Amino acid sequence: MYLFYSFLFCGFICMISQIILDNSKLTPGHITSMLVVVGAFLDSFSIYDQIIKIVGGGAQLPITSFGHSLIHGALAKAETSGFMGIFMGMFDLTATGISAAIIFSFIFTLIFKPRN
Amino acid sequence: MRNTKYENIALRHKAVEKRGENAFLAFMSGGFMGMIAEGIIEFLIFQFHMSRVDAATFMIVIFIFFASLFTALGFFDKLVQKYKCGLLIPITGFAHSMISCCLDYKREGPIYGMGSNMFKLAGSVILYGVVSAWFFGMIRFLIGGVG
Repeated sequence: MYLFYSFLFCGFICMISQIILDNSKLTPGHITSMLVVVGAFLDSFSIYDQIIKIVGGGAQLPITSFGHSLIHGALAKAETSGFMGIFMGMFDLTATGISAAIIFSFIFTLIFKPRN
Repeated sequence: MRNTKYENIALRHKAVEKRGENAFLAFMSGGFMGMIAEGIIEFLIFQFHMSRVDAATFMIVIFIFFASLFTALGFFDKLVQKYKCGLLIPITGFAHSMISCCLDYKREGPIYGMGSNMFKLAGSVILYGVVSAWFFGMIRFLIGGVG
């Protein structure tokens, strides 16, 4: 059942952003930034955690999950370290994604030549 | 007379925006990506007995790896032109923007080309993500009841 919910949720987010992209002058950069803010907002009161529990992997793939893991790590650290935990735990969960993107794009840029 | 003729010709060659079809394609491709993600997670849990959190982290690394490999090989751009938001909104779009900036500026050298242009598009995602996460985190912290 997770598979079906993943299909619906991920497709729904992509469809909404495609509709916004077609009917306004915003670029994909605007839309991804907006979705990150939406993800962070949804997780500030643990709504996104509930969505992940229901949907599974389909909710962790879109870029909204990036905002969710930023604030999730910050709040988890704030529980133990207090106020400064928000700064300390910010990149706890997203570090994998960012460092993987940096490392792979560096290696592949060294190996391959630009096509166009 | 000439004006109307010209307008007719211009109208005929105008690019037709197929909004409905675009939205449908984005839905199908985005949903397919989400299904693959969930499939990978379940495969990792079943095969290697990982916890769900570890498997999700692994899944994101796999997606970023393939997105950057396909962009470097050159055919991810064509897929993005066809499916648009279906591939730009998942984490593949993040990796795609980073490596395409990096490849474009490769000839300007490793420091001022690759290094300083890598986060050209992805930087906005990180900036607004961190600022909004800090802002909402502060609100949650001040209202009380973190956890």
